[in-house]
Amino acid sequence: MSEELTDPTKGYLSTRILTVQLKRYDPEKDREPHWQEFKVEARPIDRVLDVLMKVKWDQDDTIGLRKSCGQGICGSDAMRINGQNNLACKMLVQNLKSDKLTVEPILGLPVIKDLIVDMKPFFDHYKSIMPFLVNTDPAPTTERLQTPAQRERFDEGTKCILCACCTTACPPFWGNREYVGPAAIVNAHRFIFDSRDQAASERLEILNDAEGVWRCRTVFNCTSACPRGIKVTQLISEVKRALITGVLDMPQEAEVLA
Amino acid sequence: MSTPTYHRFETIIVGSGGAGLMAALHSSKEVGTAVVSKLYPMRSHTGAAAGGIAAALSNIEEDSWENHAYDTIKGGDFVVDQTPVEILCREAVECIYDLEHMGLPFDRTPDGRISQRRFGGHTRPVPGNPSKREPVMRSCHAADRTGHMILQTLYQQCIKQGVTFFDEYHMLDLIMVEGECRGIVAIEIATGRLHVFHAKSVLLATGGFGRMFKVSSNAFALTGDGPAIAYRHGIPVEDMEFYQFHPTGIYRLGVLLTEGCRGDGGIMFNGKGERFMETYAPNMKELASRDVCSRSIYQEVRAGRGVSGKDFVYLDIRPSTINKYKSSPIHRDGLEVDDHFIESRLSESLELSRTYLGIDPLKEPMPIQPTAHYAMGGTPTDFDTRVFRNAAGEVVPGLYAAGETACVSVHGANRLGTNSLVDLVVFGRRAGKAMAQYAKSHDFKEIPKDAAVPTKKMIEGALAKPRTEPWVRIRDELQTVMMDDCGVYRTAEGLANARQSVASLKKRYESTGIQDKGTVFNTGLLEYLELGCLIDLAAATVASAESRKESRGAHSREDFPDRDDVKHFNHTFATKDGDFDVKIDTRAVDVIYIEKDGQQVPKYPLEVRKY
Ligand SMILES: Cc1cc2nc3c(=O)[nH]c(=O)nc-3n(C[C@H](O)[C@H](O)[C@H](O)COP(=O)(O)OP(=O)(O)OC[C@H]3O[C@@H](n4cnc5c(N)ncnc54)[C@H](O)[C@@H]3O)c2cc1C
Ligand code: SF4
Ligand code: SF4
Ligand code: FES
Repeated sequence: MSEELTDPTKGYLSTRILTVQLKRYDPEKDREPHWQEFKVEARPIDRVLDVLMKVKWDQDDTIGLRKSCGQGICGSDAMRINGQNNLACKMLVQNLKSDKLTVEPILGLPVIKDLIVDMKPFFDHYKSIMPFLVNTDPAPTTERLQTPAQRERFDEGTKCILCACCTTACPPFWGNREYVGPAAIVNAHRFIFDSRDQAASERLEILNDAEGVWRCRTVFNCTSACPRGIKVTQLISEVKRALITGVLDMPQEAEVLA
Repeated sequence: MSTPTYHRFETIIVGSGGAGLMAALHSSKEVGTAVVSKLYPMRSHTGAAAGGIAAALSNIEEDSWENHAYDTIKGGDFVVDQTPVEILCREAVECIYDLEHMGLPFDRTPDGRISQRRFGGHTRPVPGNPSKREPVMRSCHAADRTGHMILQTLYQQCIKQGVTFFDEYHMLDLIMVEGECRGIVAIEIATGRLHVFHAKSVLLATGGFGRMFKVSSNAFALTGDGPAIAYRHGIPVEDMEFYQFHPTGIYRLGVLLTEGCRGDGGIMFNGKGERFMETYAPNMKELASRDVCSRSIYQEVRAGRGVSGKDFVYLDIRPSTINKYKSSPIHRDGLEVDDHFIESRLSESLELSRTYLGIDPLKEPMPIQPTAHYAMGGTPTDFDTRVFRNAAGEVVPGLYAAGETACVSVHGANRLGTNSLVDLVVFGRRAGKAMAQYAKSHDFKEIPKDAAVPTKKMIEGALAKPRTEPWVRIRDELQTVMMDDCGVYRTAEGLANARQSVASLKKRYESTGIQDKGTVFNTGLLEYLELGCLIDLAAATVASAESRKESRGAHSREDFPDRDDVKHFNHTFATKDGDFDVKIDTRAVDVIYIEKDGQQVPKYPLEVRKY
């Protein structure tokens, strides 16, 4: 291969010292959260998650954080990193602007310990919008048919990993935790616009509630916070439009499937 | 530590990945069921599966479950139990339709059916020339997020059905009385409180244990807790020597680039720019099965043909490359691959490469190396997922296992891509039904009042011990020795070294404690206990590998390079023997016979495995 190619070994060869400011809170010891500083040697290719685990494993075993997949697909490690929500496993040291790293729990959910928050209110909102396919017709012996265009219509929302980065970046949610929040709306959208589903009007009714979609003031924080690149605000607007116009903007069934 | 909280459910399911959730859906339809999982369901590693799920739907190309069964048996290098394989391949079809009806957003063909694609090792007889085989489109997919979609859909259905979840409860022990399983002991991670779950039937669906190795595609949480805890109760583990290394892990990080990359035409090159798979598997090339591809990469690297002489090769999915080699199935329809096509089919892999390598795969090839990926072995079960207590096949009443944790065995010495997800749904469903059935026909049996005491003592011990060295160092050494001496290639010498190392690591592990003494979210404690599971399973893995003096599937002995069907056409059962020792037994492979010309002959005769 003759062309200039990226050398993947490079990211492992150098290191730099990062100063990590970590927001600590141990309910068994602390009355208030407080900041603690750690110095840690990191390689350009390290994930912020690696940096935190290095601190935990080498310096202070008591640090609390969640993690699992390490590759941005399980949604465990949402946190506020340098003031912005992200998954710690999706940010690399080489992309940090400085040698300072500030890490704190996501906002708006009760803190249990250090970076770990109580996810129950978040999942309760998710469960409130009927996040499951409803179709009461008898199922055929093979698959229900759906055109590629119909499938594409709700693709965006299926990418959601329920990490809560969006909802906990949403100013109206900080102000009012009863607001269902963008993540729940994204998941409602996923079913409302699925040609196989029959409960769109019920979900729209739920979202028409005082704590529903109208709480959103289109601040776009959620879209920039989403580590899966979901166009959150656009999906919310589509739900709003469906409520205003009373029609669902859906691709027509192709002739062949009729 | 206060007294444990007591719960009673007809069935308890440990683990909320694809296998656990599928079982929960079916069990909870009939009897009181609870799912206990150390992670929130959506955090399970089933969500990371990308490529697809196999079923012979014949939506695009004519196919049959018999083809699928043949491929699975051959892929597993024949040490595969044939009755469960036939069940797997037959029920796969029905399970896929089930998932679709539950709402799973499969990709679609132009006529609205579930779309399918090629995957390594999945073939059919060439129409018109049945003595030859060609790749077949059998993998049903939802972009390259199939596992995520399965996990999502099953979780959604569980919500709809009102299944009871104990999220972030970590199982630490099984309650075994008179050789029966009657429940589990778990710690509530948020409070440190112990809980006793009294049950009639218990399912282990705790996933794999790739964290035993240094470079792995597995989540941090995949530490083999289920099989390890059962092992400590004298329940064997089966076929532990068969551990799959996937050829296309991201360089050093181990995160997986799906085999779909090769299914859609991706090509592997060595440092000299040669398409080396042409030498190792002239017929299937990049679509040869995983063990073959991984060994080929090792061979290239050893021969100094890695990129820049280093320990990696390239996976190239640039449209220009794919079009040059005409390696995509769409070339057959006279079409060409373009950026948009790759972007829509492999978006997750593109994203992983861009994020973790800083490489755009549409512009540059991706540096890859084999990564520890999948446990073919695990807790042995029959095809109703009932756990075996010994190589004779006697079952442990009340105990079930399914998913990657279990060894049914349908994957034998090497699993084919897309065959795990289908294993989860087929045997997860069977588990749910069998457990409910058992619960309905049996009464609750007593459990001792002090059922949680051993767990309590184990935790108190870990908290009381001085920290003589960081336990993380022990884990790192374990992962290194397993990767080096019990990885893609093995020798008697290396395995002996691994055995001694694991034994001494176990001693060191037992003498050191942890720093965090708290009760709320003591993740240090849990990671320490997970390491204990990995060490026990590593000992069983090494002993099993030492006992198999042949090369078969993923188990490759340099000192015994050939398959030996006379001595080793069987399964390995490893049972704990004292503190450090492992006892090895063997069990015959389940072979189906058919009548041909008045004689009983094997339906799937042994053959040399070539791709
Ligand atoms: C990156 C990647 C890609 C893959 N791609 C494919 C593919 O395309 N096709 C395919 O067929 N297969 C694929 N596989 C394999 C397949 O995804 C896995 O084998 C399968 O998902 C395992 O599912 P499971 O239900 O057995 O376990 P998991 O999904 O791993 O779930 C394990 C569960 O057990 C719980 N648990 C573990 N220990 C405890 C404990 N002590 N107490 C309580 N709960 C516990 C966890 O919380 C978790 O819920 C892939 C695997 C990986 C890693
Ligand atoms: S767009 Fe709406 S939901 Fe998103 S952050 Fe702004 S207010 Fe919240
Ligand atoms: S929409 Fe994005 S940010 Fe919000 S929960 Fe889903 S994946 Fe996370
Ligand atoms: S650890 Fe899974 S998303 Fe970060």
